[in-house]
Amino acid sequence: MFADLFAYFYQFADVFAFLVLSAAGLAVIFGMMGIINMAHGEFIMCGAYATTFAYHAGLPLPLAQACGVVAAGLIGIVLEATLIRPLYSRPLDSLLVTWGLGLIATQGTLIVLGSSMAGIGTPGGGFRLGGYGFSIYRMILFAAALCVLAFIYLLFKRTRFGIYARATMQNANMAQALGVRRNRIYALTFGIGAALAGLCGALYAPTMTLIPTMGATFIVEAFVTVVVGGANVLLGTAPAAVALAVTRTTLNGLYGQVFGQIGLLLAVVLIIRVLPEGFSGWLAKRAS
Amino acid sequence: MLHLLNGPQTLGNGRGFWISAGFVLAAALIYPAFADPYDVGNFAYFLIWVFMALGLCLMWGYGGMLSFGQTFFFGIGGYAYGVFSVDLGNAYGMALGDFAMAVLLAGLAAAILGYLMIYGRIGGVFFGIVTLSVTLALAFFLGQTAGPEWAIGEARLNGFNGMQGMSPLSIPWFGGGIDLEETALYYFVLILLVCTYLALRVLVNSRVGNVLVAVREDPQRTELLGYDVRRFQFGAFVLGSMLAAVSGVLYTSWGQFITPSSIGLPAAAMPIVWVAFSGRSDLTAVLVGTFVLLAVFQTLTIYSEQAALILMGLILVVTVMVAPQGCFVGLSRIANRLPKRNRTLRVPSAEPG
Repeated sequence: MFADLFAYFYQFADVFAFLVLSAAGLAVIFGMMGIINMAHGEFIMCGAYATTFAYHAGLPLPLAQACGVVAAGLIGIVLEATLIRPLYSRPLDSLLVTWGLGLIATQGTLIVLGSSMAGIGTPGGGFRLGGYGFSIYRMILFAAALCVLAFIYLLFKRTRFGIYARATMQNANMAQALGVRRNRIYALTFGIGAALAGLCGALYAPTMTLIPTMGATFIVEAFVTVVVGGANVLLGTAPAAVALAVTRTTLNGLYGQVFGQIGLLLAVVLIIRVLPEGFSGWLAKRAS
Repeated sequence: MLHLLNGPQTLGNGRGFWISAGFVLAAALIYPAFADPYDVGNFAYFLIWVFMALGLCLMWGYGGMLSFGQTFFFGIGGYAYGVFSVDLGNAYGMALGDFAMAVLLAGLAAAILGYLMIYGRIGGVFFGIVTLSVTLALAFFLGQTAGPEWAIGEARLNGFNGMQGMSPLSIPWFGGGIDLEETALYYFVLILLVCTYLALRVLVNSRVGNVLVAVREDPQRTELLGYDVRRFQFGAFVLGSMLAAVSGVLYTSWGQFITPSSIGLPAAAMPIVWVAFSGRSDLTAVLVGTFVLLAVFQTLTIYSEQAALILMGLILVVTVMVAPQGCFVGLSRIANRLPKRNRTLRVPSAEPG
């Protein structure tokens, strides 16, 4: 009985971690700037590749993963300053630009690095409980997802940057008039979002095959979590991830992986029909 | 009805435009007499994709809905045609029935998705990512249907390798049908395309088209003027998606195969690149631009597919940064303005406008 419950929890935790980690970067950028970063999957790919390079160069895994995070974050800051900044007033156009960049990044990686790359074995081993086998690394991923949520919360609620950022989010012109450097806030936000995407890639690098199109495995989950979560990262992402993870885990258990994904998508389309502004819009409306 | 071919929502309304369009059409009609069948088939292949681009032009350029889901409906149309033609055959005009059913099926899917999104007031960037999510999910789903249990009647879906062995389109004729391949298919697609283009011109210049453009410019104002915005958006979305399905059916019939890779990435990005580059706000620009880009893409693909895709990505980025209206619309606006200005300078009393 306990083992069965734990097995369900373990699967839930696995899906939950995947949703939170893949969506966090996208949600931060969208919540702050109203921009959907279509190159999100490519930032994830970048994080995974940088991690693998650093690991093969001899760094221990956690340090290599830090390299992946930093690499994605730096690229994000550079892109924001060069290509995203001129498009603040045209969110749909920034969607197109980032998509074009994603296309270039995927195909460029294919040309430069080939269609696959030697990966890293999953560390951590496993443990057994009541006839089921569990991987320790998956539990680490779950812990990492909780840490990411805590990090976002503390960053936006407890730091000076967070106050400036939320002020900019609420009214960019007013914040600027009060002396907040809007461009710097946006550049940092985009950098943090990209770094979180890099973190996702870095964390999942040891668990999957490294191919240039690996970003596509993450973006559907990232998109649906952000859509269901709504505009406010602090309010929306966690409940959205919980709700979707429960749906997905249950459907996976009943009908298998494929129908898990399709059912997830159906659930999302139905949720947005009922709550067009996502969980955060709904929660904010109830609070006011 | 015919006077609606010209109007404020389309570029190229003058006599000069229609005369040159007539010449282009005449050239296209006699082209097979001077080319070998392989080239004609290839030409038909280019034309096949234009339907999808025109559909996106209608919903994005005129209706303001950026859909990343054109290949979703392309895939539904293509796979549905494959299943129908394997199971029901193509004799006695049945192929055209398969065609119609496949497009209607895609229309039904578009109606469901469109109802949930548009009546749920999902707009802007969310519209894009929901349509893209659905598209990628369909590609994943079809990618894993390799086993024998994934069959509809006789038709095996075949997973990542895709469906094969469906029959080509054929039209009933005295003493047996005519299979539409190479030159015959070329003429079929050409005539269908000319009809679609003219019908869309009439549509966008009609009352419906004008309201659609008003919705694009300012949904709230249009609503306050008493129009049900959602109904117009819904109609444009379903129609545009069905045009994508037309492309899908023709593509499947052209090559007699279809794979999930023509649904997922990077295929899903292509319609957006064509339409953004050509100029999303005009049907003629999209028609010409899509054709040009397809020809460039195929030429480059011979050397390196990756390089061709990188070029497409670059074109998208540069278009949005430098000429957000699109290349062809920008050019034709400039071309339109120059002679008019000269004329009014020289003969100030000439007819206005």
